Amino acid sequence: MNLRAMRAIAAKDLAVVRRSKAVMLPLIIVPLIMVLVLPLVASFAPTFANIPGASDLGALIEQMPESFQAQLAPFDEEQRLVVLLLVYMFAPLYLVVPMMVASVIAADAFAGEKERKTLEALLHTPTSDTELVLAKLAVGFVPAVVVAWSAFVIYAVVANAAAWPTMGQIFFPTAMWWVLALLVAPGVAAFGLGATVLVSARVSTFQEAYQIGGLVVVPLVLLVVGQAAGVVFLSTALVAVIGVVFWVLAAVLIGLGLRTFRRGELLARG
Amino acid sequence: MSDTVARAPSSPVPAKRAPPAVIETHALGRRFGETVAVADLELRVERGEIVGMLGHNGAGKTTTVRLLNGVLGASSGGARVLGLDPWRDGVALRRRTGVATETPAVDDRLTGRQGLTYFAHIYGVPAASVARRVDEVLHIFDLADAADARVGGYSRGMKQRLSLARTLVHEPELLFLDEPTAGLDPVAARALDERVLSLRASGATVLLCTHNLVQAQALCDRVVVLEHGRMVAAGTPSELAAGLGAATRVTLELTAPAGLDVAALLRDVAGVHGVEDATAAEGGDAPPPDDPSAVRDRRLRLQVDDRAAIAAAVARLVNAGAGVYAVEREAADLEDVYFALHERNGAAA
Repeated sequence: MNLRAMRAIAAKDLAVVRRSKAVMLPLIIVPLIMVLVLPLVASFAPTFANIPGASDLGALIEQMPESFQAQLAPFDEEQRLVVLLLVYMFAPLYLVVPMMVASVIAADAFAGEKERKTLEALLHTPTSDTELVLAKLAVGFVPAVVVAWSAFVIYAVVANAAAWPTMGQIFFPTAMWWVLALLVAPGVAAFGLGATVLVSARVSTFQEAYQIGGLVVVPLVLLVVGQAAGVVFLSTALVAVIGVVFWVLAAVLIGLGLRTFRRGELLARG
Repeated sequence: MSDTVARAPSSPVPAKRAPPAVIETHALGRRFGETVAVADLELRVERGEIVGMLGHNGAGKTTTVRLLNGVLGASSGGARVLGLDPWRDGVALRRRTGVATETPAVDDRLTGRQGLTYFAHIYGVPAASVARRVDEVLHIFDLADAADARVGGYSRGMKQRLSLARTLVHEPELLFLDEPTAGLDPVAARALDERVLSLRASGATVLLCTHNLVQAQALCDRVVVLEHGRMVAAGTPSELAAGLGAATRVTLELTAPAGLDVAALLRDVAGVHGVEDATAAEGGDAPPPDDPSAVRDRRLRLQVDDRAAIAAAVARLVNAGAGVYAVEREAADLEDVYFALHERNGAAA
């Protein structure tokens, strides 16, 4: 394995990503919304608890499993609302961060390179197909995990600080969130990468790759809807299972990507 | 996953032949579905040669480079490049080759220096030498002043020069140059030609794919001409001209009575073609229509198959009363050969 070449490819791709506004803007804005705006809004939710529809949250809590209701028992009504939102409802949204970062960077690294007509020169270098794919995967995976973990830390600080007037205690992160950040977030990033690599080999532009690859966010949307509808409840155990599922899916997709990535076929497709 | 491109299915090139060629192909072919990109290519390039590969767009030049550098699998036939099987030993082969692709291929968002450093690391230039080597190629291609500017701000010619600098950063033994002068101004193109010649002097071998027949004539030891993926000719330009019977151009300057149709006189002379009275077109002394007996200077342009045809043409003119005082002969150049080939193959098709 030519690690030096792989490092060079990864470093170049990161440098290129950093200089692209089209790529960097979503990488900055989306995590900021997730880790700053959402916890701030949720922390002030008790202020708006009397608005029409707010009482639905109480009804929602009543539909939750008894174990979950027991977890909320120590809290008063306002605190329950904060915990429900910051700890449970926003958990699937947090996973959008690693998935989006991984997908955007991978789309730029594969399809973007095609679009900029720099791919052929790279294919003519003394790198194997495996080395090329792994270098490009690393370019997406490492920043995705770093951003996700940074977002986790910032989210924890902002949530505890903003909700302090209501909570009066440090309530975050919970065990479920530790599992979410340490196990599921990297798995989701790997899943997003695997999907984007497969898509990128078959499209010509960054936008196409990003848009088609964006379909990988569907499982996260289903989780959000499932929680809001009271169908799914993200317990620590379920989150761990979800993490394992994402890792398995990621392994399948990346394995498929490694098996199907052929420089000759890329050139033949043009 | 395999790291090799699909192996060509048929017999390999015979391994023992001395001295070993840098490139040797045997019935090499590549199809894309029903489309034949390269067919039955028999090519041998010796060390230190500059070989031009000529052909229209879609003739198969770029596909041939991709096949020979092991990035595209063959559908048929075999090849050995620098003694290696391009498909089985692709990584090892590509360490020793450099490919200037048709597009500049250095990212606009990097500086020139960053782009070259990136490729130097991928090609395995010793880490301690990377900065020095990058500076060298920047200097060679007159890019030192723009080295730390973003490539996006480069002119097309600068990008092309950067692409060539990239190709040479690891000092390859074999260079594939695919339309290297596209977008270059004449001064830059000449500098590139000089660079290519100096590469040959240092022992490198060059396969030059080009539409630029003047460049090919000036640089190449031999040329191969591709049409629709098939090699239709190979050799030095003069060999090709002789093989094709490509006509030599001749200009005759003479004096003759204004009423004598000198062009018509030559049209049935064996080995003479394309006779054209260029007197008026070239500002000569055109005969006034009212004085057919007046002797005027005339200029004729014609094409001849051989020297005997020139002698026959001159004799015919002299016998008809003309005085031939100058014969200017211009040997067929690569352009003549190329178009003669194209006409012949077009007629055959």
